[in-house]
Amino acid sequence: MNVEDMYQEIILDHYRAKHHSGLREPYEAEVHHVNPSCGDEVTLRLHLDGDTVADVSYEGQGCSISQASTSVMSDLVIGRRVSDGLDLHEEFLALMQSQGRTEPDEDRLEDGIAFAGVAKFPARVKCALLGWSAFKDAALRTTAEQDQTEGAA
Amino acid sequence: MTAQLDGRPPLSGGGQYPDVIEPAELDAGEGLTTEEPIPYDVHAIRADFPILERTTPDGLPLVYLDSANTSQKPRCVVEAIEDHYLSHNANVARAMHLLGAEATAAFESSRAVLAEFVGAASSDEIVFTKNASEALNLCAHTLGASLRPGDEIVVSVMEHHSNIVPWQLLAERTGATLRWFDVTDEGRLDVAGGLAAGLLNERTKIVSIAHVSNVLGTVNPVAEVAAAAHAYGARVVVDASQSVPQMPTDVAALGADLVAFTGHKMVGPTGIGVLWGRYDLLAELPPFLGGGEMIETVRMTGSTFAPPPHRFEAGTPPIAQAVGLAAAARYLSALGMDQVAAHEHLITAYALEGLSTVKGLRVLGPTTATDRGGAIAFTLQNHDGEQIHPHDVSQLLDARGVAVRGGHHCARPLHERFGVQSSTRASSYLYTTTAEIDVLVDALNRTVGFFSRPPRESARRAR
Repeated sequence: MNVEDMYQEIILDHYRAKHHSGLREPYEAEVHHVNPSCGDEVTLRLHLDGDTVADVSYEGQGCSISQASTSVMSDLVIGRRVSDGLDLHEEFLALMQSQGRTEPDEDRLEDGIAFAGVAKFPARVKCALLGWSAFKDAALRTTAEQDQTEGAA
Repeated sequence: MTAQLDGRPPLSGGGQYPDVIEPAELDAGEGLTTEEPIPYDVHAIRADFPILERTTPDGLPLVYLDSANTSQKPRCVVEAIEDHYLSHNANVARAMHLLGAEATAAFESSRAVLAEFVGAASSDEIVFTKNASEALNLCAHTLGASLRPGDEIVVSVMEHHSNIVPWQLLAERTGATLRWFDVTDEGRLDVAGGLAAGLLNERTKIVSIAHVSNVLGTVNPVAEVAAAAHAYGARVVVDASQSVPQMPTDVAALGADLVAFTGHKMVGPTGIGVLWGRYDLLAELPPFLGGGEMIETVRMTGSTFAPPPHRFEAGTPPIAQAVGLAAAARYLSALGMDQVAAHEHLITAYALEGLSTVKGLRVLGPTTATDRGGAIAFTLQNHDGEQIHPHDVSQLLDARGVAVRGGHHCARPLHERFGVQSSTRASSYLYTTTAEIDVLVDALNRTVGFFSRPPRESARRAR
């Protein structure tokens, strides 16, 4: 297990220059997620345009893995349908739980495949998932609210 | 060397228990060593810890600097546990057979060994718990049973979560108020500031303070705090989890009413902690957990309870762990706790000096080894002045075979006080060598270099 397997240049690049970071208006859902074992945290806002992710904005404190993963996630889901973003979350989760045994789909996960090495370091999987879990939570909240609104209408 | 015994006769009401075995009754060699300490030879000591010979998958020697988290175990502790399970295992205080008697004698004599180790007046003052957290929760539940709204509980901002949360829960249950001592910017407990601000007063009922900080390493003047608290009639609890492993402990000199510590940080097994309490105070306190072992008589209409220490030990206790912990206390006494403390001081001073040469490293807490334990927490910056996250630091160190802890070390409020989210902590112990500190310093310099590499052209999907 070489630590270089995990600290891919792509990860360090995203860590140094996070994409889409900062909290922006407008947004339909804001969530705050914490990794209690280390105190890493992220506040994430999701703005939808219909069923498309118009913006993901976030502010967080954390290690290079959690920060870079959140940056890659925002790249991936912005401009996609929410349901597709949630599918991507599932695919990324599966990659993280694979212990390095599956070949990631670069067409789907793009820069996210750089995290394949993280799956070999079980203690760091939670770091890579922090931003993704926040996105999923925010997405489910907005869709739940939409369902409620539609139900009430 | 035996503990001062008060000659109290065996307590009535606990008739099913054998008489408590006091240190004086132990066979020669069973109690703590009486020999003059041998010269401290760290390499000979390391031979007692087989795990320290391990290498990483890359073939690098293991450098274990996470002893404030948990210590490694010498062979004699593991063998004592093995011998207990393989040759003497039975439940205690209720099995009327040979093995039951042996297990009970082993368990109760372990209590006597621990009593002597911390200078308790009697074995009856030693309560076995599952860890220090349970011991502190026991304090909060029993001492706190009589608290009322308006009463005050005082802790400090440098406490481990286990000496904060039980008191927060107690305050919620009773309507009491939780207050705390601050620390100075150098990481010393701000006793003077707290006293000047009236932190201790006639409303103060409980004061609970760490003897040694698990983050800053600071040794706190607990006797001074205890005297100030006692002047207002408050009870004083000391969390000695970091100090009992590192320095000679005399519970009477600490000035506290209750002292909690844990086995696994003092080369003992996990699954066992200790609460020492002044006997007259323990005898006043209500039970904590209910169950077998802690009762005198149970009727469906109500029960009466065993005297201390059994009153606080519901259910089958950690028997093999107690045997292992006694072996650990004997091992430490054979080394001599004075010598363990002296070694710890030497290594801490050496480490503080080495760490001061790492560019971008900032130690949280005292930067000299005076009144300081072996835990050294720090933050690290790259050449651009950006913080390198402790998880990244510990990952890079791990790749060099160096085991440290990264995070908030169960002391989030303290990190907040110092304006940082988390830190990296290197903690030495009786088996740590200066050569290992050199490896740490080298690995830290490499880590700074790794995270200071110039960025490549921007990542692929930059928008």
